[in-house]
Order: sequence, then structure tokens, then C-alpha cells
Amino acid sequence: MKAALSRQQRVGLSVLGLLVFFGSWEVAVCSGLLPSGMVPAPTSLWQAWVDEVHGGFWQQAILDSLSHYALGLLFGSVLGVLAGLLCGMVPVLDAFLSGIVHLLRPVPGLAWVPFAILWFGLNTSGATFVIAISVFWINFYAAYAAVRSVDPDLYELASAFGHGRFMGRLVKIVLPASAPGVMAGLRTGLGQGWMSVVAAELFGVPGIGARMMQASSLLATDVVVVYMLTMALLYAVTDFLFGFVRLHVLRWQA
Amino acid sequence: MRDAAPLARLEDVGLSHDGGRTFIFRHVSLTLHKGEFVALLGPSGVGKSTVLRVLMGLSKPSEGVVRGPVHGEGDADAWQAGASGTKRRAQALVFQDPRLMPWRSVLRNVAFGLEGLGLSKHEKRERALAALRLVGLEEAADRWPKQLSGGQRQRVGVARALTVDPDLLLMDEPFGALDPITRESLQDELLRIWQQTHKTVLFVTHDIEEALKLATRILVLSGSPAEIVGELSIGAEHKAPDSLEFRAYAARLRGMIAGKPALSDAP
Repeated sequence: MKAALSRQQRVGLSVLGLLVFFGSWEVAVCSGLLPSGMVPAPTSLWQAWVDEVHGGFWQQAILDSLSHYALGLLFGSVLGVLAGLLCGMVPVLDAFLSGIVHLLRPVPGLAWVPFAILWFGLNTSGATFVIAISVFWINFYAAYAAVRSVDPDLYELASAFGHGRFMGRLVKIVLPASAPGVMAGLRTGLGQGWMSVVAAELFGVPGIGARMMQASSLLATDVVVVYMLTMALLYAVTDFLFGFVRLHVLRWQA
Repeated sequence: MRDAAPLARLEDVGLSHDGGRTFIFRHVSLTLHKGEFVALLGPSGVGKSTVLRVLMGLSKPSEGVVRGPVHGEGDADAWQAGASGTKRRAQALVFQDPRLMPWRSVLRNVAFGLEGLGLSKHEKRERALAALRLVGLEEAADRWPKQLSGGQRQRVGVARALTVDPDLLLMDEPFGALDPITRESLQDELLRIWQQTHKTVLFVTHDIEEALKLATRILVLSGSPAEIVGELSIGAEHKAPDSLEFRAYAARLRGMIAGKPALSDAP
């Protein structure tokens, strides 16, 4: 394709894509191509959502999940960025931790659930822990890579103008220079956080994931899909809001 | 000018990156006097910038002694703070690639060296603006570096060095990457600024005409390992590029650079 699409064209096409997706889904269920017991028709979702809202389950699930999400994201992001920056800046620390990092990195957040239950119980802290761990690694690697790719000439610049010590380098060079990479990591973490919310709650900590689990055990597939879409919506909102933060922090890139 | 007080000195300095088996330069001694404009001239890759970095305290010499504007001996931190309460730095460096920080406005790039000197926000702004005025870029203070041309960026680099009011201004081929027209106008500006501020300048270049045009004294660095192979003082009256004297000087400098073939000194 030669000519670039305008913004309106792209938005229009993406709306069209969604309409085609839901339309063919609806047609497939109504025509019996897909068994309606297994797949809910899109038009049935509305009623399911209204019922959930009337019962107060929807609002409560969102509030519960948001609290896990916010806390897990906060701890995971802050610790991940800090650890990544430090490892990127201090070769001794980097070397010392590299073995431990390689050992722990491949362990998925879900695998920590038994320990989360054991250490924290089936409560907010347990869910927060699982979310924080998966967010941690994303931010750790993003920050680490961002620091490692800082132009070494800038360190010499800092030394030449009296900011050659650790704090000077950190504050004047490393933080601003690695901000684009750190922001990208934070943004990926925002999405990863929502994925982990479900994992963390499937085991009974109240929230969206737990509600989905209950619904699926009753074969209420429409309710499951309502919460799937709810999560997509929440992700879209958080990502949209983060866009403003990113735009402000990286305004020099505009 | 030669009677003026010595400001910085290298005494028999050498630098090796492999523990003394091979040297980039060796037995380099030079003295910079207050108010001088000294050019360090030599072919590309001979180690001129490295000599400058040793003098600046950014590299530690393998042998010899470095004496800077403050009594320190090659200790960058001791040099830089200046005497307490003076709110200046003993020396400042202009890089070849101006190395502006893209996340800072032009003004805040210039103010970089002022941070940590105990100045108020207002003082920092005023001094950075004054330096920008000196290089003719005051109106660009609030722009981002990427909005500037190559020549303007290098002016910002010069302003950043001038604003800390250094005793010694070190310049590492600052105009090497610019087009000839921009380079010439920046050379003229540098001369004007030097006459206005009476800074001591050490200017690294591989361009014989540039050295002759700017400097009051030229040191020639050549060979492998590099040494100072010649020195030339130039009176102000011989600065016209078309004059016979100018061409005679250029020929002598060429002879100095070539007279020490690169291989003759290898151990």
C-alpha cells in the first residue's frame, strides 16, 4: 500500500473491523454454526451485563480487581524500574544478580500462586503479590535495557561539567535518557497487569477473575464474556490515561 | 603573553591502555599561560583529544604529572568545583559533537554546568541567557536541540562551556563537523569571544589554516607514540590568510607534522 492512511480512515477501518467481528459472530451463533450453549450471542451480552450491574456484582468485581491491579502495578513497576536502573548502572550489582535473575525470570507469575496463598492468604495481598511479580520483570528488563543503551558520551559530558558522581549521573543523565524505554516498559506492564489480575483471582480472591470463574462453573458463558470485555475496556482506559502521562514526560520527543 | 602566569601544565605525561607496552602519547610536556589561545595541531587519530581529556581530568595519565587551574593533579572533581563560593568551574570542555541533551531545552542545556554550584534559579537563567547572547542565540533559548541547525547546536555547546566562566576553555575540534561557511563564521565568533572574555583556550584541530587563524601559539603533536614535535608562536600581524608569512607558517607546520614519520619512533 503506497499512500499512508489518514487518522479518520484508520479509525473508520478499525470500527468496521469490530462490526464485522461481532456481526459474523452473531450470525454464526444464530445460524447454528456455533452451538449457542458453548458460545453466547453478542446480543445476549447486554442482558447479562444489565443483570450483573443490577445485582451489584459488576461494580464490586471492578472495584476489587482495581485495588489488586493498582497495588500490584505500583509495587511491581516501582521495584522493577529501580532494580533495572541500578543493575544497568552498577556493573558489580549486575554481575552479582545476573545468576539470580536468570534463575527467577522464567518462572511465570502464575507459578507463584501457591506461595502467594501460603504467605499472604486468599486476599488482596496475595493477588497483589502475583500481579506485582509479573509486572516487575517487564519493568526490570525495560529499564535495564534503557540504561544500557544510554550514549556513553553523555556520561563524559556529565563528568566534564561536574556531574560525574553516581547521583549526578543518575539524576541528570540516566533518568531522562532512559525515560522513553522506561515509559515503554510501564505501558507494557499496564497490559500485563490486567492479564495477571485474572490469574491472581482465579483461585478465589474476589474480583473480575473470581466472578468469571463462578460464571463459568455455572456455564454462564455470556457472563464470562461480559467480564472479558470489561477487562478489555479497563485496559483501554488505563492505557489511554497513561498516554497523557507519557506525552507529558516525553514531550521533548514530540 | 608568554610572561603571563602559567595556568595549567602537563609534565612528561604519557598514556597507555595496555599497562605500558604501547603508548598513545608519551613525554608530552606543555604549559598553558593565562590569556593564551593555544592550538594543539596534529593529524587525525594521533591522540590530540586524548591529551585534552588528560588535561581535563577525564582520563588518568599512565605517567607524568597534570597540574590544573586548581591545585589538583588530574583529579576532575577537585578541578571542577573551583574555589568554594566562586560559583564557577575551573575549566570547561566543548566537544566535537556538541552532545546536547535532547530532553533539555536550549537554555537548560546551557545551564547544565551551572547546576550544583549553589546558584539560584534566577541566577542560573540569567547566566545561561548571557552566554547564549554571547553566541548570538538568545532567541532560541526555549527551543529543543533538534530544532537547531548543526552550527547552532555547536554554538550552544560553546555557550554551555562559557557560562561556567572557566579559567581554561578546552575545545576538541569543535568545528570539525561543520560546513566551511558555518565553520568560518564560528571561528570569527570564537575570536571575538576570546578577545572579549580573555579566556585561556586550548583548541584541538587537524586543520593547519584553522590553527593559524585562531591561535597565538601552536603545538604540533605527531608520531607514534605521539609527542610534541614542534611549537610556533604567531604574532597578530601575521594572521591574514593571503599573506606570505601565513603561507610560510603553514609550510613550516606541515614540515613539523611530516618531519617525524609515524614509524620512526616505534619501539
